[in-house]
Amino acid sequence: MSDAPSTSTTRSAIAAENPILQVKGLVKHFAVRSSKGLRVVQRTVQAVSDVSFEVARGRTLGVVGESGSGKTTVGRCILRLIEPTAGSVVFDGKELVGMPVKQLRGLRRDMQIVFQDPYASLDPRRTVQDAITEPFEIQKIRVDARAKAAELLELVGLAPDHARRFPHEFSGGQRQRIGIARALALNPKMIVLDEPVSALDVSIQAGVINLLQDLQSELGLSYLFIAHDLSVVRHISDLVAVMYLGKIMEIGPAEQLYTAPLHPYTQSLLSAIPEPDPVTERTRERILLQGDVPSPINPPSGCRFRTRCPIAKDICAEEEPALVDRGLGHPVACHFADVFPVKVLAPRPSSTAL
Amino acid sequence: MSGEVVLSLRDFRVSFSTLLGPVQAVRGVDLDVAAGEIVGVVGESGSGKSVTFLGMMGLLPKSAKIEGSATVRGTELVGAKPKLMRQVRGKRVAMIFQDPLSALNPTHKIGNQIVEMIRAHQSMPKDAAMRRAIELLDVVGIPQPDQRARQYPHEFSGGMRQRVMIAMAIANDPEVLIADEPTTALDVTVQAQILEVLQRIQRDLGTAIVLITHDLGVVARVADRVQVMYAGRAAERGTVDDIFAHSVHPYTRGLMASLPSVSGERLIPIPGAPPNMLNPPPGCAFAPRCIHAVDKCRTGAPPSLAQVGSNETACVRAQDNELEVITGV
Repeated sequence: MSDAPSTSTTRSAIAAENPILQVKGLVKHFAVRSSKGLRVVQRTVQAVSDVSFEVARGRTLGVVGESGSGKTTVGRCILRLIEPTAGSVVFDGKELVGMPVKQLRGLRRDMQIVFQDPYASLDPRRTVQDAITEPFEIQKIRVDARAKAAELLELVGLAPDHARRFPHEFSGGQRQRIGIARALALNPKMIVLDEPVSALDVSIQAGVINLLQDLQSELGLSYLFIAHDLSVVRHISDLVAVMYLGKIMEIGPAEQLYTAPLHPYTQSLLSAIPEPDPVTERTRERILLQGDVPSPINPPSGCRFRTRCPIAKDICAEEEPALVDRGLGHPVACHFADVFPVKVLAPRPSSTAL
Repeated sequence: MSGEVVLSLRDFRVSFSTLLGPVQAVRGVDLDVAAGEIVGVVGESGSGKSVTFLGMMGLLPKSAKIEGSATVRGTELVGAKPKLMRQVRGKRVAMIFQDPLSALNPTHKIGNQIVEMIRAHQSMPKDAAMRRAIELLDVVGIPQPDQRARQYPHEFSGGMRQRVMIAMAIANDPEVLIADEPTTALDVTVQAQILEVLQRIQRDLGTAIVLITHDLGVVARVADRVQVMYAGRAAERGTVDDIFAHSVHPYTRGLMASLPSVSGERLIPIPGAPPNMLNPPPGCAFAPRCIHAVDKCRTGAPPSLAQVGSNETACVRAQDNELEVITGV
């Protein structure tokens, strides 16, 4: 089915052999108009700036980041739902950037997407059967819609007789399962999952995550899993990429990245996320970042994280750190990743002692 | 609970009349909140956690029927005259919401909006109120508060707007602050900053804080006590440590088991979906989804909270000692 990724901590843990997806130097700029007094000026949002990664066959790459980090844009550029400004996206050996749309449509059989909002991503006037067999219509494949719908619904843990119902008759979790059934219809090799469980309550979310994992092992699917919830990403991913302001700050095997984060941003992000354990919450060290994420219209020079970084030096403003393996196990884009080990800051005094 | 009880709910009920009949959103909630503590009210969507407090504040549409009792240091809010509600709202009980942008007026400067809030409840000259507004912006951690006071809401980021909302909420030294999902719309690094501000208010001003959230991590970080809501009632209540380490109610346990853990074990979802509150099931509302449910769970009045182990729980089987109490998860 798939090549098992090397468990060693060398570069090979990041670069897979015969990957299903290779993204190189992906750039996406959006033109925006903003007014300066009475003048209207054209400006550029640098949503994604020079992002490269690979997804191994049958594996999951998790992409995490805060709003504005560019993680959703990356997912959409890969499918060419929006056109990348520059860069290369090689899917299963074929370059997608610049491919004629007609040819692209055929390839989309192998590459599907599940969206965040299960309420907005289903047409309220079409039955579930219509929704999940629409991919066959688009691809002009003749199938027995009823049998196919029943089969797909069963695959995602719904009853075959749900096919005649309409989306409003389903809960959020069930709708997301319908969205997954639709993505699975054409038997894809890879699915981009864009915040697939963020809109769901935790008790429902767990069922959808289990389903995604089961489908992956049954069907050998590869996933690009985009989310802001780090604990969910850790649970489902083999590799994790951390994005900030359109760039990957750190990419590595999930366990390594979570237990020994190298980039100050990853460290801050992990320490900012509240864990559902009051004892851990009271005792662990915490880095409280100041301020907000800067605007991607005018990102900071050098390292994009430097304006909020607790260990930034002069060089960080002048020279952009490359995303390379600095002999620390996996690639990280920080000048000081090897100088400053994990836990760069003194523990914050506990203020919530009972 | 150590301090004096400031906010007290007793058999609090909210129902909405609809074409199909009454929707019983809140079905008898009891809760005491003391000065200087943060009580986390957790539950999934539709559990009634927000509606309870919106109802208490008189912020629901007329179709809402509110019964039971909600008192702030002895002042009854249920059925109170609009004039009394106006004196309580923003003065004795303040509330902040998930979306700070829709709670701020886009055409007025931030400072003036806080001044308006102060002068609605206190007789204070405008310039003194402005000084107080700037001081409040400083308290909630807004840099250069005197300049920022002269700016408009659109010039503030999401996190800064939520800080402004907190500044407005504490402008009149309220006894109770109700924070309804205050960090849900914010990024995690900004969420951490806002939680820090709330903790500082609790510590320095001794305000009683009700934190409504669906995020168990947020509760674990800042709450002293926790009330878990399900289908418009309290399922379980206890100190934050006891709720996380020794949860008794099968729903609370189910919530904990459905969270991803560090060990990467397979998650255990809760089967089924919450009940339709138009026609909630008899007995325990969680029974249809509960693996421990037996016949007695499905009849009679919904169970009330009673002490089982370290927590109060609304599970009849736990109360009859029929559930193995799992401790130290």
